[in-house]
Amino acid sequence: MNLVETFRTGLEAVVSHRLRSSLTVLGIMIGITAVILTVGLGEGAQQQVGSEISSLGANLLIVSPGSSTSSAGIRGGSGSASTLTVSNADVLASKTVAPDIAGVAPVVSASELLTAGTSNWTTTLVGSNPSWLSVRGRTMTEGRFISGHDVQTHAAVVVLAPTTASELFGGRDPVGQTVDVAGSPMSVIGVLTAEGSSTTTNVDDQAIIPITTASTRIIGGTSRNNLSSIYIAATSSNTLSAAYQETDNTLLSLHGITTATSADFTITSQQSLLATATSVDKTLTVLLAGIAGISLLVGGIGVMNIMLVSVTERIREIGLRKALGATPRVIRRQFLVEASVLGLVGGMLGAILGVVVAIVLPHFISDPIAISAAAIVGSIAIAIAIGVAFGVYPASRAAQLHPIDALRGE
Amino acid sequence: MTEEDPISLGLDDTQQVRIDDTGTYPAFSAPVIDIEDVHKIYRTGSLEVAALRGVSLSIAAGEYVALMGPSGSGKSTLMHILGCLDVPTSGRYRLAGEDVSTMTEYELAEVRNRRIGFVFQQFNLLASLSAWRNVELPLVYAGVDRSTRKQRALAALDRVGMGDRVEHRPGELSGGQQQRVALARAVVSDPALILADEPTGNLDSVSAREVLDLLDELHHSGRTVVLITHDADVAETTSRTLRIWDGQILEPSSASVTGGAA
Repeated sequence: MNLVETFRTGLEAVVSHRLRSSLTVLGIMIGITAVILTVGLGEGAQQQVGSEISSLGANLLIVSPGSSTSSAGIRGGSGSASTLTVSNADVLASKTVAPDIAGVAPVVSASELLTAGTSNWTTTLVGSNPSWLSVRGRTMTEGRFISGHDVQTHAAVVVLAPTTASELFGGRDPVGQTVDVAGSPMSVIGVLTAEGSSTTTNVDDQAIIPITTASTRIIGGTSRNNLSSIYIAATSSNTLSAAYQETDNTLLSLHGITTATSADFTITSQQSLLATATSVDKTLTVLLAGIAGISLLVGGIGVMNIMLVSVTERIREIGLRKALGATPRVIRRQFLVEASVLGLVGGMLGAILGVVVAIVLPHFISDPIAISAAAIVGSIAIAIAIGVAFGVYPASRAAQLHPIDALRGE
Repeated sequence: MTEEDPISLGLDDTQQVRIDDTGTYPAFSAPVIDIEDVHKIYRTGSLEVAALRGVSLSIAAGEYVALMGPSGSGKSTLMHILGCLDVPTSGRYRLAGEDVSTMTEYELAEVRNRRIGFVFQQFNLLASLSAWRNVELPLVYAGVDRSTRKQRALAALDRVGMGDRVEHRPGELSGGQQQRVALARAVVSDPALILADEPTGNLDSVSAREVLDLLDELHHSGRTVVLITHDADVAETTSRTLRIWDGQILEPSSASVTGGAA
């Protein structure tokens, strides 16, 4: 008896016991749907976090003053010290010192009141250089960004983020208008493209002015040469760790520090944030997939149970088939095919249901569900494997039946 | 009487049987069944039950033999061994010239498939399959291709007078009709031996008569038929009756010399 015949016989047995087969299939179907949805939810969350973080720049390093390590009690926390200077940033921008760094944007920032006509708006004022635009991965929707000339001449110009622009000017075109920044009038030269809201900070609400203008006209005082942070873009995400090393070594030697543990600055990367967020999501996915796996296991036990019932119920049929010349191998195959057909049908229906739910459900919950082709193919394969694995024992029981005993129907 | 054509049983040349108009058989044809001193002992725990105690018998090609005995006589055990559903504890069994007493499960399955056609008391048709699908089953396991199977199954059903009910399921047929389908299934693979175990046990007298007539017809067309029964009237219809009692054949071999006398 060839495989086509075996498959036909198995399929006929499944079809001729419709109710029983559909109940078994239902068990597998629910399990597969659960697996597809949990994996989809996990992947969706990971993609969301990933896209949020990469929108900040996957190649980005942030250098903050102060140390994050707290081995000595006298040292302040990250951001509390004032050790980074514009000249530090200039050294890092040199290709000979740091070949893997594509751009350096020293930043001073403060919260300031902006006034345009009768509108007031308090926002984050950022003083930086022309590199800021590329380092932060932003684009202009209108006008131009700060130029090197603006920085050299301490020009009174400002670039607004879209939220800030609409708060100050409403629907009017802000470019060419004048904004009062902490008492100094500055002309608006451009508006940034909206980035979308991030979970941590609103990057669409800020105002950028030349760093020289910020330190001479706005901030002033003793802290005028001290930077809040230096943003550094590596040449690519592959060179990020090289850029990290170059930044670390350069700053240590510039600050005359010999041991890395006593550094007076902290370097963080978006990738380390991404890794943390991803690992949290992975844990969640594994947990949910584990629960889904248990429901699949229950479905598999259902298949085994039904197949055992099927063997007992069809003991006379097995005996007859053996009397007519079916070998144990043929009988075993027939029952294995039945079990795997149950698995296959359950898997396919589960995949369909999973995809439908994945399309419908995000309309009711805020979380995205990412269904990949690999997840669908994989889960159908798992369903067939479950059918076969849990069908092996009933099938071998059927194959071992003695034709006489089977014919008697005992 | 009219002259009949030689009929091939689908066996080797040496086992072909020519029937002449007197209904007798060539004297030197090889026996289909040749059993020598067969013992069968069942062990349940420490208990040993000898179901067969030295059975020897020979059935020639084309014979129609009844195997009679009360329950507990070893009749069923002998039938299982004859049908290659079981192997003897000791002794030798040659079926159509082939020693089957030492065969493995797989070899026995093949022998059953090629050499034996079964007819059971309970019909044993598969309820989910139509009549012709039931009849083609032995050919499925023999690896015959699909169109040939259907053709042969329909021909076999035609022979037993069920040609107009090939698409009916067993549940839609009467007991007698079901047994005729079972008979078609038994002959579809041209086996050397037709083994009928109480084929009329579940039938009313009219249907039983029809089935026995069909068996008689099969015998007259040259087939070897062994009928297991406890009914003397049924045994009457055969050409030779073997009686089994307490694991042994009574009046052994005396009838085999005149085998085939109708």
